[in-house]
Amino acid sequence: MGIYLPIAELSVNLFTLLAMGAAVGFLSGMFGVGGGFLITPLLILYNIPPAIAVGTGANQVIATSLSGALVHYKRRSIDFKLGGLLLVGGIAGSSLGAIVFSLLRRYGQLDLTISLLYVLFLGVIGGMMLIESVSSMRAAKSDQTVIPPATTMKPNLQTLIHRLPWKMRFEVSKLYISAIPVLVLGLFIGFLSAIMGVGGGFIMVPAMIYILKVPTNVVVGTSLFQIIFVSAYTTFIHATANHAVDVVLATCLMVGGVIGAQYGADVGQKLKGEQLRSLLGLLVLAVALRIAYGLFVTPDSIYTIATTGAS
Amino acid sequence: MSRIAAFVTLATLASSALLNAAQAQTKLPPETIQIGLSTDTISINSNFAGTALTIFGALDGADPLIQRQGRYDLVVVLEGPEVEQVVRRKARVFGMWVNTASASFDLAPLSYIAASTRDLKDITDKQSFSKLALGVNALKLDSNADKTAIAGEFADAFKKINGASGAYSESSGNVEFISQNLFRATLQLPASIPVGQHQARAYLFRNGTFIRESSAELAIVKSGTEQAIYRAAQDQSMWYGLASVAIAVVIGWLGNAVFRKG
Repeated sequence: MGIYLPIAELSVNLFTLLAMGAAVGFLSGMFGVGGGFLITPLLILYNIPPAIAVGTGANQVIATSLSGALVHYKRRSIDFKLGGLLLVGGIAGSSLGAIVFSLLRRYGQLDLTISLLYVLFLGVIGGMMLIESVSSMRAAKSDQTVIPPATTMKPNLQTLIHRLPWKMRFEVSKLYISAIPVLVLGLFIGFLSAIMGVGGGFIMVPAMIYILKVPTNVVVGTSLFQIIFVSAYTTFIHATANHAVDVVLATCLMVGGVIGAQYGADVGQKLKGEQLRSLLGLLVLAVALRIAYGLFVTPDSIYTIATTGAS
Repeated sequence: MSRIAAFVTLATLASSALLNAAQAQTKLPPETIQIGLSTDTISINSNFAGTALTIFGALDGADPLIQRQGRYDLVVVLEGPEVEQVVRRKARVFGMWVNTASASFDLAPLSYIAASTRDLKDITDKQSFSKLALGVNALKLDSNADKTAIAGEFADAFKKINGASGAYSESSGNVEFISQNLFRATLQLPASIPVGQHQARAYLFRNGTFIRESSAELAIVKSGTEQAIYRAAQDQSMWYGLASVAIAVVIGWLGNAVFRKG
């Protein structure tokens, strides 16, 4: 059954969209991730214009992060004060990202930038995940004590963070740190969120653990909590400034995603942590490689036409 | 009564004689054309797969001899909305294909569909088409490129891409005279016909000389829910954005509720 996407202005198969949403929802349920970093590249590979893939990806992330954050809210594993501060940085970063997005689109470099950012971040994160999980699987096999992943940052970065002014107390996370690194991290993730159409959990979670030293039990909930609002803001900005949110597309993906997430979570509970991380690492790397391939393969035509919007 | 009638007749004769004299002086050709569309709006739905648009026209004051010899030619064009467009060219940078050069064209039509009685090259010469900016090849594109050679290259690429997508097309033999002074043009609109205000124009040629043109407006709009959503996204983008967020919140919350039960 065909369905017409009013903003992307093309006809697609409804069941393909639902299946795509379900597959990504399954994986997000299984790995506990938002899925924006999978949905946006998938949409681009499915010939949705990259700008609309990003705007719609941000829209889809609201639903998955809200669904996940509600679970953490009941478990009381959200640090609202820390999340709120990250959010302040996130809103600023997203605004900045949306301006850069418009500029890149005007100069015809948006598609390339989106692809390069995906290759860079997915490549690095996927590679690190794979290496870390394989080495911990090996360690478990040879019956050694599992060496924790490189949790220690360069000592000078840690001392720098401790020397920064404007210290604040975060009771839930049992932290007493400067507001500056929190705001900067929020800003950075918000910026990526606007350009890549992701929630940014896959960068936020490791950064909170390794840089801010947030206890692992509140990391995911707090990250999800702030992602809801940053992605809602990003969706709003992309809808108003860039007309890049396709609500029909987003709805199909979210409906599929919600269903898929239930089954994914069941499977996720049956797999071991290392297995999960190595599978996710492989998946992330595969997406990165596919996007990289698209950058190097000779296009059908070296010329493209775009309307600049001015009439 | 009869005197008045005679006077009126005389006056009419005199005025038409004057008119004829005036026409002879400025050498205005006697032929006039007028085209008409059966509708001023076409609504297309989301399953639209292209259609044939028929435009009727009248040719008045035709010379029967020239008409019999088939020396009247017509070119009918449906020109889409004009917007500023950018053509970009990719080149390899470190092995990757990157947009490295561009030229923007002010007010280039989004679509250009031409039909004619015969092949354009058989109707008149290149110079005449170029003067009228008629036909895909003669279509004038004002570019911001510094050098004319580069502008030409991008303009050619622009027409080539639009030709391949069906947005720009020319076809002959589908403008026909159905009587002495009535003609019919059939234009094939592609599925991708842009929405907006279109301009239909008919150009009349006699023995290869351009005589007159006539034009009519046609609005192409999308119908149904999809169009309503599209318009909302463009005109009410703030509410549209808020609605998009609200839908996601509802689905996310529902997802959680369903998940909790399962």
